[in-house]
Amino acid sequence: MEKQVSGNAKNNPKVPKMTKEMTILSGKGGTGKTSVTACFAVLAKNAVLTDCDVDAPDLHLLLKPKIMETQEFKASRVAVIDSDTCVQCKKCEEHCRFGAIANQVVDPILCEGCGVCVYVCPVAAIKLEKRVSGQAFISKTKYGLMSHALLNPGEENSGKLVALVRKNAKKIAEKNNCDLIINDGPPGIGCPVIASVGGVDVGIIVVEPTLSGIHDMKRALELLGYFKIPALVCVNKHNLNEQNTSDIVEFCEANNVEVVGKIPFDSIVTKAMVEGKPVIEYAPDSKVSQEIKKMYKKIHTVIL
Amino acid sequence: MITTVASGKGGTGKTTVAVNLALSLENVQLLDCDVEEPNSHILLHPKITQTKPVYSNVPVISEDLCIHCGKCAEFCEFNALFIAPKATMVFPELCHSCGGCMLVCPKDAITEKQRQIGVIKSGKANKIETSYGELNVGEAMAVPLIKAVKNEMKPNKNVILDAPPGTACSLVSSVHRTDYCILVTEPTPFGLHDLKITVQVLKDLKVPMGVVINRAGLGDRKVYDYCKKENIPILMEIPFSKEIAELYSRGVPFVTKMPEWKNRFQEMLKTIQRCQK
Repeated sequence: MEKQVSGNAKNNPKVPKMTKEMTILSGKGGTGKTSVTACFAVLAKNAVLTDCDVDAPDLHLLLKPKIMETQEFKASRVAVIDSDTCVQCKKCEEHCRFGAIANQVVDPILCEGCGVCVYVCPVAAIKLEKRVSGQAFISKTKYGLMSHALLNPGEENSGKLVALVRKNAKKIAEKNNCDLIINDGPPGIGCPVIASVGGVDVGIIVVEPTLSGIHDMKRALELLGYFKIPALVCVNKHNLNEQNTSDIVEFCEANNVEVVGKIPFDSIVTKAMVEGKPVIEYAPDSKVSQEIKKMYKKIHTVIL
Repeated sequence: MITTVASGKGGTGKTTVAVNLALSLENVQLLDCDVEEPNSHILLHPKITQTKPVYSNVPVISEDLCIHCGKCAEFCEFNALFIAPKATMVFPELCHSCGGCMLVCPKDAITEKQRQIGVIKSGKANKIETSYGELNVGEAMAVPLIKAVKNEMKPNKNVILDAPPGTACSLVSSVHRTDYCILVTEPTPFGLHDLKITVQVLKDLKVPMGVVINRAGLGDRKVYDYCKKENIPILMEIPFSKEIAELYSRGVPFVTKMPEWKNRFQEMLKTIQRCQK
């Protein structure tokens, strides 16, 4: 990041340009991250878009990317025992802390590829083999370039794949002089979420006014605080429970977090999804779209 | 019988199904494996009687013994060790606790210490026994805590496991070695897309499955077409209803206000058990 800044500053000493990066997250799943991100993609003029939800990605269903480049993602390895060489000493079983070896057979689901079995095997019957864990893509959409990926079902290392998605995004942003990267984040607060928010300029938490939504928002806010990332909050489907919505607003005020938008519930959002379009394009005059537009402007002034 | 409730896409209603199913049955244990964002306790209000810390083992380097040979860092598949000119650094959040660095160290300079990654809270909500994990904020790896939650399992009970969203390792470690998986989806393109990936995971794991369609009436019919084509039974439809959504928003499981649903949840479990035989 720093390198990029100084490089750009050299080319254009008066206006040092810097790619800003925002991540949309939520803690709880299904609060509307992707629907909101897709609208931001339409509104942003010069942005690179990413889907950092690599194991259940949905943004491509709205942005319809055309894949230009595909990369194989090989991050993990798995132990393989050659039964002809194996002398059945069971040393591997004893030392495996993941319970992944039973009767000289490796359970690839439990194996974490640490290599301890390879090390302790007295007859070199075990080796680690690379496994393809997924694919990363660089694509074109009508709203700008997109970096995304697909983790193979059930794989590990989603965090590393997210890191690759963001690295690719930075590369294409730099090459094409884009001033913004918009990341659609995964749910939760673990490994892939940490990989999605590390070092970004702002995290936008989309929350629904349910007790679960509020609980999860608080943990997501804590996470952003832990990594010292400025946070903004957007309440989605605010009219589902006005009491909870005002509790969210109150909590955010007390914690110095700006609530940048309140989007009403409207089945038009689902209709737009079924049509495979960002709602702001499908129903530009709807209240939902108007509110998202206002919110985007606010976020823009916060980070640019 | 151990039944997992999973989804792929987040927010489709896993916890709603898990909790309402638990409230409809006898002799139940509910394990919340969504350790990043556990929500079942918000609906169940259990009285927590035990809070247990969960640890993972991480290496400790004795600088007196260490000769900075670099063998540990070279061995570590997870880049959790780094050799600086005069020190060996440990990055505990990258460590998978495999113990390999201790094995390869020629000077026995490495020991292990416990590092807390979260807690497990256990208690009772009326007759339902429940445990849930809470991952410390900033902690990356959920899997060791999920495994610890699963260790609380009481196999003589009707065990219901509330899984985390997604289709990666957290889902796998939750659903691995359970008897049946209920997949909760919504009839939308997002719901369908993530359902398909989850079905693949379950096929790989050889866990039998059925689908619950939540918010039925929203979206389109493609989830139904897909289930028919793939021969996956649709176990239940929960309609898109303002009443159910409003109850959920206040943390109220809908079977407590709409008791006629208890019967349907019981019937669903019977159907599942019949499929098992």
